[in-house]
Amino acid sequence: MGDAVVIRDAVKRYGEVVALKGVSLGIGGNEFFTLLGPSGCGKTTLLRLIAGFEALSGGEIRLFGADIAGLPPDQRPVNTVFQQYALFPHMTVIDNVAFGLKMKGLGPGERRKRAGEMLEMVHLAGFADRYPAQLSGGQQQRVALARALAPAPRVLLLDEPLSALDLKLRQAMRVELKTLQEETGITFLFVTHDQEEALTMSDRIAVMSEGRVQQVGDPRAIYEAPVNRFVADFIGETNILPVRVGGVAAGAAQVMLPGGATVSCPAETGAEGEHHVSIRPERVSLVAPGEGQLRARLERVIYLGTDLQLLARLASGEEVHVRLQNTARAELPPAGAELGLAIEDGAARLLAD
Amino acid sequence: MAAPAPSSRARSGYEGLTLPLLLPTWAVIGIFLLVPVGLMVTYSFLTKEFRGGVIWDFTLAAYDQFFLDRGLFGDEPPTIEWTYLGIFWRSLRQAGLATLICLIVGFPTAWFIATRSARTRTMWLFLVTVPYWVNLLIRTVSMRFLIRDQGPFNEALLALGLIDAPVSLINTNLAVQLGLFYSYLPFMVLPIYAAVERYDFALSEAAADLGASRWTVLREIVIPVVKPGIVAGSILVFVPSLGAFLAPDLLGGAKTYMIGSLIEEQFKGSLGNWPFGAAASVILLTLVLLALLVYARSQARAEAR
Repeated sequence: MGDAVVIRDAVKRYGEVVALKGVSLGIGGNEFFTLLGPSGCGKTTLLRLIAGFEALSGGEIRLFGADIAGLPPDQRPVNTVFQQYALFPHMTVIDNVAFGLKMKGLGPGERRKRAGEMLEMVHLAGFADRYPAQLSGGQQQRVALARALAPAPRVLLLDEPLSALDLKLRQAMRVELKTLQEETGITFLFVTHDQEEALTMSDRIAVMSEGRVQQVGDPRAIYEAPVNRFVADFIGETNILPVRVGGVAAGAAQVMLPGGATVSCPAETGAEGEHHVSIRPERVSLVAPGEGQLRARLERVIYLGTDLQLLARLASGEEVHVRLQNTARAELPPAGAELGLAIEDGAARLLAD
Repeated sequence: MAAPAPSSRARSGYEGLTLPLLLPTWAVIGIFLLVPVGLMVTYSFLTKEFRGGVIWDFTLAAYDQFFLDRGLFGDEPPTIEWTYLGIFWRSLRQAGLATLICLIVGFPTAWFIATRSARTRTMWLFLVTVPYWVNLLIRTVSMRFLIRDQGPFNEALLALGLIDAPVSLINTNLAVQLGLFYSYLPFMVLPIYAAVERYDFALSEAAADLGASRWTVLREIVIPVVKPGIVAGSILVFVPSLGAFLAPDLLGGAKTYMIGSLIEEQFKGSLGNWPFGAAASVILLTLVLLALLVYARSQARAEAR
């Protein structure tokens, strides 16, 4: 792991604006790696630096051990799937897909054969002689994918390729992309602002914010063990509560919640004082008033189909969300009722701010 | 693009207004296009009056004079008359060359303007059109003044010691080219600018990403995509260059005589021949229309692929 793309202290400035403030990452061969963050976090800038469309202001990027700083985009062993696809409007689908092969110097026959195979792989074999404008958004997306994969790049860069598709298509493409990555064995570096997309496809995720990497880990670690407030808040839904951290011993701290109850959290020494914890709504359950670690008043129940979301308020004023599965057994108290909330063991995560 | 459903127009309830609303357009086309062209075609089949004007007698004499040589006294068996065809051929070459030069200079200019920031772009476009505030005749005369043997251009070269004797530019093909270039360059720049301004630079990035060098990106992606602008600019330069008479008259000499001058002279003074001038105009118009038709056909075929 960590040998396909190595980024060390990457800095990118645009005049006064610093888009990347020192990013270091290692991305392994055959890995589906996702850069996740809100718009303006620097994820697309990082992708463009690897593709060669932008030049680093500081630091270095190595592809398979080689420093690529001096290489123009056409000499890098990476290909890109663009957000708006950027298909060549004056070329047919097959000519689009064959373009990279033509640049590699393959003959017309060989080009057409390989491009045809790529189209088959993305289920567009019958569309070879159409023009991009004659295709739907989802089909254009597949052409863009086939075009970028045709020259057999060692790393495929994907810049929010699913963001222009509707929900159903997006969900289907997630599975397809993951399958494609596993079949081809190519390293995929995927950029998205959609946390669900990131969680469903990635081997590992780097969460970015304001030009820095906040956390790197597999989807489970990112979701269940967020290191700071930004990551906890950005990935999925969560409750962030102010706490008082008591003594830390053996990697665990006794943390006092609003209302006085304590829970145990993994923590490092020196973490004593006022902090916040993140508690996922699905890891809180309803118990009889007076039981559990929190006491709250039910304000509203939101019907979500598979789930029910309860909005409750603590005596200290914080809102707590609780997510319950929508089973036939669910007997809900009326709005305004007193609730006891029980937090699952290990569900509370202490956050660095 | 899907055409709007035909029923949408019927439902709008404005059908009664279609004709009155179209009337001004038809009136303009009628008065300024059909009537003059009709007159021109009619005159080309009439008999010439010696002091200018026409006699309403139908004849093919003007076309006969243009295409056939019947000897000095008109009594020899007809052979092909090369004089006027030669002038046409020279005009086509001159206009073609002028178009090419305008394209070579105009494309980078348009590219430069289209890639500036939105605010400076307006300024550059404004600068390109500034010469158009001055009458073409005055601009062409000024050009004559600039490049004549004792003009500022030669004086400057002499003063710098780059030449010993004035370079004779006036009355050459080069001078005519310079005049045409100066007259029509903006007609090349503006349509190409409009095309480049709409160009999606992600296409260039995508091509480079797939291994295309900068030159290949230009040849295989940029030029084909902005081609409609290049074609529009070329037509807008080629057509008026072909019929131009100010630049050839004022900057050229006998060796650079073009169709525009030939036609112009037929309507000037007592030596003129209106039916012959009209016939030459009809032939020129036919040539241009044929060229555009061939191009439109090839485009339609390319799009139907």
